[in-house]
Amino acid sequence: MNSNVNMSNQEYSDFVDSKAKKSNLGKNIFMAFLVGGIICSIGQVISDIAMHYGVQKQDATCITTIVLIFLGAFLTAINLYAKIGKVAGAGSIVPITGFSNSIVSPAIEFKTEGYILGLGANMFKVAGPVLVYGITTSVIVGFVYWIIKLFM
Amino acid sequence: MDIFIMYLKVFLTGGIICSIGQILIDKTKLTPARILVIFVTLGTILTAIGIYGPIVEFGGAGATVPISGFGYCLANGVIKEVDAIGFLGIFIGGVKATAAGIASAVVFGFLASLIAKPSIK
Repeated sequence: MNSNVNMSNQEYSDFVDSKAKKSNLGKNIFMAFLVGGIICSIGQVISDIAMHYGVQKQDATCITTIVLIFLGAFLTAINLYAKIGKVAGAGSIVPITGFSNSIVSPAIEFKTEGYILGLGANMFKVAGPVLVYGITTSVIVGFVYWIIKLFM
Repeated sequence: MDIFIMYLKVFLTGGIICSIGQILIDKTKLTPARILVIFVTLGTILTAIGIYGPIVEFGGAGATVPISGFGYCLANGVIKEVDAIGFLGIFIGGVKATAAGIASAVVFGFLASLIAKPSIK
């Protein structure tokens, strides 16, 4: 391998790439599929149990969301979610438990900077953008729908 | 048997949605934060144009548990509220439908961070 100190940027980045550990796409996708599928199935179990006790379908979805968010926060607090994430990748990020994890994990990290500007402000470091873009999109959708309704 | 097929559908749908996220992470080097934002926005838009609804019908929790399901709630909520109360519904519907998720995320997130000790990595 060429270890010339006068390498160009391109050569250097090729060199780094050749040394970097190859991430195994097939295996990553399989693990994301498996863990994501399991988390969603747990959600379905919670929803089915709620509906078994006579809860309406829409409320059952609400309960499922609340329970999963609780589980995500709890598993993050006891430092287990990061371990799952290492294996599962997107399988632990994309489900709603990952949203919960994205709130708790920076909050814990910045706790030492105080309860308001440390913990409080950093809770929404990742979840904040999700709400900003999600809610803004929903308002746009609502507005477009309202306009369409005016002319129908 | 019916319940087995239903859970298979849930597993498949959830798995596929997460796999799409994994492909995006590996192929485009998008950060998890961007993945979450993209998924919630796409979920909202796909629901509004009538694509995500049938996916939820098919996959149940497999489509509502991923963060794109949060977008599904937002879009459905806003449309329902505009139908019910008109213009004001534009600003009320989305957050109203996702209020349980947002409030529980704030409260459980806060409590969990209070209890947890910062870890030395």
